[in-house]
Amino acid sequence: MKLLKSGMSRRRVLQTGMAGIIGSGVAPMMFTKGAWAQEFCNNPTGDTVTLGLNLPLTGAYAEEGADEQKAYELAIAHLNGEGDGGLINVLTPSALKGNGILGKKVGFVTSDSQTKSDVARAGATRMIERDGAIMITGGSSSGEAIAVQGLCQEMGVIFMAGLTHSNDTTGKDKRRYGFRHFFNAYQSGTALGPVLSEAYGTDRRAYHLTADYTWGWTQEESIKNTTEGLGWDTVEAVRTPLGAGDFSQFLTPVLNSGADVLILNHYGNDMVNSLTQAVQFGMRDRQANGKDFQIVVPLFSELMAKGAGENIKGIYGTSNWHWNLQDPGSIAFTKSFGAAYGSPPSQAAHTCYVQTLLYADAVERAGTFYPPEVIKALEGHEFDGMGNGRTLYRAEDHQCMKSVLVVQGNDAPTSEYDVLNVVQEVQRDTVDYDASIFGGELGPAEPAPVCA
Amino acid sequence: MTNFMSRNDLLLLVGFTAVVLTMPIWLTPFGAGYPDLLQRFMIFGIFAVGFNILFGLTGYLSFGHAAFFGVGSYAAVWSFKLLTLDAIPAMIFAVLISGLFALIIGFLSLRRSGIYFSILTLAFAQMSYNLAYSVLTPITNGETGLQLTLSDPRVLDAAIGQSFVGQPVPTLLGQQLGGYAGFYFCAGFLILSFFFAQRVAGSPFGMMLKSIKSNQTRMQFTGFNTRPYALSAFVISGMYAGLAGALLAVTDPLAGAERMQWTASGEVVLMTILGGVGTLVGPVIGAWIIKYFENILSALNDNILTQFWSFLPEGFAEIVVKVTSKFVGDGWHLTLGLVFVIIVIFLPGGIMEGVRRIAAVARRSGPPGAKSHQHQPAE
Repeated sequence: MKLLKSGMSRRRVLQTGMAGIIGSGVAPMMFTKGAWAQEFCNNPTGDTVTLGLNLPLTGAYAEEGADEQKAYELAIAHLNGEGDGGLINVLTPSALKGNGILGKKVGFVTSDSQTKSDVARAGATRMIERDGAIMITGGSSSGEAIAVQGLCQEMGVIFMAGLTHSNDTTGKDKRRYGFRHFFNAYQSGTALGPVLSEAYGTDRRAYHLTADYTWGWTQEESIKNTTEGLGWDTVEAVRTPLGAGDFSQFLTPVLNSGADVLILNHYGNDMVNSLTQAVQFGMRDRQANGKDFQIVVPLFSELMAKGAGENIKGIYGTSNWHWNLQDPGSIAFTKSFGAAYGSPPSQAAHTCYVQTLLYADAVERAGTFYPPEVIKALEGHEFDGMGNGRTLYRAEDHQCMKSVLVVQGNDAPTSEYDVLNVVQEVQRDTVDYDASIFGGELGPAEPAPVCA
Repeated sequence: MTNFMSRNDLLLLVGFTAVVLTMPIWLTPFGAGYPDLLQRFMIFGIFAVGFNILFGLTGYLSFGHAAFFGVGSYAAVWSFKLLTLDAIPAMIFAVLISGLFALIIGFLSLRRSGIYFSILTLAFAQMSYNLAYSVLTPITNGETGLQLTLSDPRVLDAAIGQSFVGQPVPTLLGQQLGGYAGFYFCAGFLILSFFFAQRVAGSPFGMMLKSIKSNQTRMQFTGFNTRPYALSAFVISGMYAGLAGALLAVTDPLAGAERMQWTASGEVVLMTILGGVGTLVGPVIGAWIIKYFENILSALNDNILTQFWSFLPEGFAEIVVKVTSKFVGDGWHLTLGLVFVIIVIFLPGGIMEGVRRIAAVARRSGPPGAKSHQHQPAE
């Protein structure tokens, strides 16, 4: 079976390749556009359809990865009509029927991306080539997201990004086949700015410690722009390797730098470690320039807050979503996640769950798995009920436009999960921005590339 | 041309070619018959064959070969970005750059031998890794990895008026190199590399390398200057690594800094020792086994194990699943470690020594003749 399939595709590729050479080396795609109209990568022909989950189960963001996996398994169960249906009941408009996707039962394969771009890409390739995944989703790092997104564009498979907060994912490195529900660093800056100026004033000196990859770079840039807009000085911005473990060598210079705010552009275990160490260095009890020394963590999650324990109290940051929101979508999701796993979901779990449902809904609305049609169904789609208010999948850059939460570490938690307070829900209009400011090019949807 | 190759060498080459080219068929039952992994088998096979020229023939243990691999990848991706999407210029470019890089590092490191040489190469490789990871980010794009984009200049492509639709992918004279096309492309290079290594091993130059390994001091006393030979071996194996790195970029146009890390350098040492140091086929087999473990074992999870052991009585099956799950998934390194320990203790010559022993037993017990030259020791 497999052999026959590969043999044919080889011959076909050879034939078209020869045609390409004869046709003065023009890429052979134009010859084949009509002929392959409805043939595409991993067209599901049986009665099941496979999703590829690319999750960091080891590495600096492993905890997020484990939570994401739970969310995907829950979403797939709900799509197949098992469990209480979760957010399917509150999504509006919705084409989901609870009988799989287009009547096909949803299955999944997983791959451990180790929080590394190279490995994530190899895992995604395996799931597409060997396991026949029709869609790839997941990831906890923007490095991974950008690497896998490029691969998916090449293979003609839709990529529904998991947790990725870099501006580049839907900016400089955006792709036609990649979609992001999560918010980004630019929106964090816009949302966080007013809160910071109110709490800490307009005369501050900030010191950045930044995770050294695409997410850290863009978040540092966005937060720097925001705080400098408030009138703050930036003393220095120091890059730290991803997964460093020990940050003391980077924290020592902060003490004598003349800065009075430390901004930690770290996530996952990195942030837990750097914040814990900063507190151990006595930074929160310090005075600098006649003011109380402050720490800001622009991107927060419950998992990190839980990991950092006491140290998180009173610290400001932003989140995509929080389980304690009181809209029907958030309540429904927290309830079904809690019933299945005994703990409230993290924002990573939420975005992954929602992405799965949005993909399934788009396929139902398009009436086909053919990626270019699914892309059309997602672009410019506006929906509600998923916990972030009315949300638009912007067509220009495939970024979801929705409200953003400013959160603060809870001073008096009532349970081990009650670690963050929502300070403010910043409305979608406020965090809106022009899609063209980050450059980049989506590229075409058609002809849909056909993977091997 | 009768002296061109000995009959055994020719048989080995033909057998090797046949095994490699039929891989998509015989690996399918093992769950490994998909293009991406097959390409990796080829690429890391080339890497290991090249490493063996230095470690196996010359006896210098380099702990920094991943640096040349990474440099090859970056050079190839930059060629795709700046010049053309065609694979050939990228590979030439990559091999030259990594050769140059090897020349510099080799010139400095080969002033010492033994453990000092290993530590020097390790230091240089870690320097290269850190440069790529956080210092030279405008060139390497750091952790995120270097990727192709639509807006790359691609001067040569633009000059002949070729434009690309969609995500740019490397081509060979207009044909795309994804999937099985990419596999056969890499397989061709593996066979060529193998042939070249065979020729090197059998040549007077190879003899020099072997004598450096057996006793360098005696060589020097007999009036040979050994340094140029060792340096040539170092550069050749660096170029092999660059070729492998370039092929990885051709089949998957992304260059990340992780592939230069010391773990990657250690991996190729493991491959060579696991397969059999100094043999021609051994390192390739070692590379295949490690890549197989990495890609297949690491993808197994509890669900698959439960299905696999479902024939066992309930309760017992659960225990078995619990125990075996430690050895797959995230724990695949544990399995690799165990296999490595067992091989090194019981078969110090690697898997090839095992093959040789089996062959020797078969020759003694079985009827002489037809059976005997089927299991020729592959040296």
